[in-house]
Amino acid sequence: MDFVQANLPYLLAGISVGGQYALIAIGYTMVYGILRLINFAHGDVFMVAGLLMVYLVTAVPLAAAIPLMILFTVLIGFTIERVAYKPLRSAPRMSIMISAIGVSYLIQNLAYYVTGGLAKTYPSIPWVSDTVTILGATTRRVTLITPVLTIILVIALVALIKYTKIGMAMRAVSRDFETSQLMGIKVDSVISITFIIGTGLAAVGSLLFFSSYTAVTPVAGAMPGLKAFVAAVFGGIGSIPGAVLGAFIIGICENIIKGLGWTTFSDAFTFALLIVILVVKPSGLFGEKNTDKV
Amino acid sequence: MEQNMLRKKRSLKYTYIDCAIIIGLFVLLAVLENIMMPTHIFFTVVKKGAIYALLAVSMNLLNGFTGLFSLGQAGFMLIGAYTYAIFTIPLEMRESVYMYYDGGIINFTLPVVVAVILAGIMAAAFAFLIGWPVLRLKSDYLAIATLGFAEIIRAIFQWDKLGVITNGANLLRRYPKFTSALVPCAVAALCIAIILLLINSSYGRAFKAIRDDEIAAEAMGINLFRHKQMSFMTSSFFAGIGGALLAMFQTTVQANAFKSAMTYEILLIVVIGGIGSVSGSVLASFLYIAASEWWLRFLDSPMVLDNGFQVPLLRVGFRKVVFSVVIMIIVLFYSRGLMGDKELRTENVVNGFRKSKKKLREWISDRRKKNREVAE
Repeated sequence: MDFVQANLPYLLAGISVGGQYALIAIGYTMVYGILRLINFAHGDVFMVAGLLMVYLVTAVPLAAAIPLMILFTVLIGFTIERVAYKPLRSAPRMSIMISAIGVSYLIQNLAYYVTGGLAKTYPSIPWVSDTVTILGATTRRVTLITPVLTIILVIALVALIKYTKIGMAMRAVSRDFETSQLMGIKVDSVISITFIIGTGLAAVGSLLFFSSYTAVTPVAGAMPGLKAFVAAVFGGIGSIPGAVLGAFIIGICENIIKGLGWTTFSDAFTFALLIVILVVKPSGLFGEKNTDKV
Repeated sequence: MEQNMLRKKRSLKYTYIDCAIIIGLFVLLAVLENIMMPTHIFFTVVKKGAIYALLAVSMNLLNGFTGLFSLGQAGFMLIGAYTYAIFTIPLEMRESVYMYYDGGIINFTLPVVVAVILAGIMAAAFAFLIGWPVLRLKSDYLAIATLGFAEIIRAIFQWDKLGVITNGANLLRRYPKFTSALVPCAVAALCIAIILLLINSSYGRAFKAIRDDEIAAEAMGINLFRHKQMSFMTSSFFAGIGGALLAMFQTTVQANAFKSAMTYEILLIVVIGGIGSVSGSVLASFLYIAASEWWLRFLDSPMVLDNGFQVPLLRVGFRKVVFSVVIMIIVLFYSRGLMGDKELRTENVVNGFRKSKKKLREWISDRRKKNREVAE
């Protein structure tokens, strides 16, 4: 029982962080599945969602701030795709990746300019931010909400992709870009919808993430973003259940490492895991193996 | 045949002119150092610009000439900077630098030149090790894996168990530095010259073949892995030397500063200069550093005009916003950068000039002919 009491907080934190990473990772994995692009700006959009919340609660009541925040974040994600990625669709893959890095740089600098480089305190959301005690371990209620909410959202998303027309279009585009275009699928709008779903989930993720960390800085999105990407690779890029599973594994491992007193290496571990996966099984846990044809 | 020889001879002549221009620039710098205040911002720009030029060219060798999209630059710079600093802190200073680790366990110092070369070798050795798993990966997986390695290196250097060597998360300082701007310029020029020779050798042609089409290059008998490994190690070697120079420039080193943002900055310089152009990278580095350290500094402080008008938007951080917007414009609309994949050489300038002269003459005679026709 002592052992459980000593380690439960880390496990709980791990599951909750894992859920938050999962919500970001879905954005990466969907975009990569369709555009073959590591959207380096995704983590920064996640950070912007946090900042938007900070500024919105000063203007409107909380109940209105949350949907507005999600709406604005989605708009930003949509705009980024239209402005920075769409013009480069036929350019080499390196250019579009550089564009993504440029967008990430721009967002971070804009955030620095707007906040003046100060860490902004995240508003505490009643009920969600309250502390609760389970099995003798105290934690915030958000820790318990996160995994449940994540799983509900993921099931909804998987259903959307499997059973709706737009979901079918997404699967088709990710399978073969050109052919689906020839079949009359509006590729541009499918890509836009992918970005909208991805950033929307990242906005929900930021709500949960910053509720448990309380401060937003201009670089707050970089690390969670990279880790979520690793989670997406780990699960097999393009596969949503894979990304979610990968995110939970990474979140839990990372917090166990912190619990063992190796905090310096909690980030390094994630990247070590990434490299091992890339070398041993580059297609990830559930990824499809694709071969290059000459 | 004879014409070919003649062209080669002329090309050689222009190469001499290029060298003369570079030597001229060095002399100019030496003269300026004697007549201008040594604390003038101009020298800071020249020093940092030269270091970034080397870093950008070394990244360009990998990204632009071999087509390997690597984002590990900051990690190799960190290895170089730490190697240099660790081995050159004078013995009597070690007690105060390693105050939390009883003076550390390294009780010898190396001469500066040896330490700088060792910085490069250590970075290259590490590149050799990680090249085995990483270089087999394709474009964006390679990018994310090298980025991951850079983060792992950063964590290892901050590990307190290694503190007796790396001083943990604390600063390293009190190692020898340079005062004259000629030192970083000379080192950078030498290194860039070596990279240029490599690019123009048969190895360089193999690199370009790999960049243009990997499968075709392999079919032509180029050993892909060996050449990638070679390009990766060379690039890391010079990134390590660049890191050592950066350590000297900054006067202190801390592992925490070598974040992926540093790699992105250098990558963006390479993009501004033109992916695949050495002179473009050099030019872009000096421009980038001059703009960020000197010309655009005023954007960061509020300004009130004489008539009491407060200029809007100017405050801390605005400079970087302007910068990133400019970079996005370059990435989206001028993706070839300043130079594209061309080089800035007297030969090309003269040829370009001749061509435009010829065009102008043709245009004028054309106009005359037309005028005459109209008159008739």
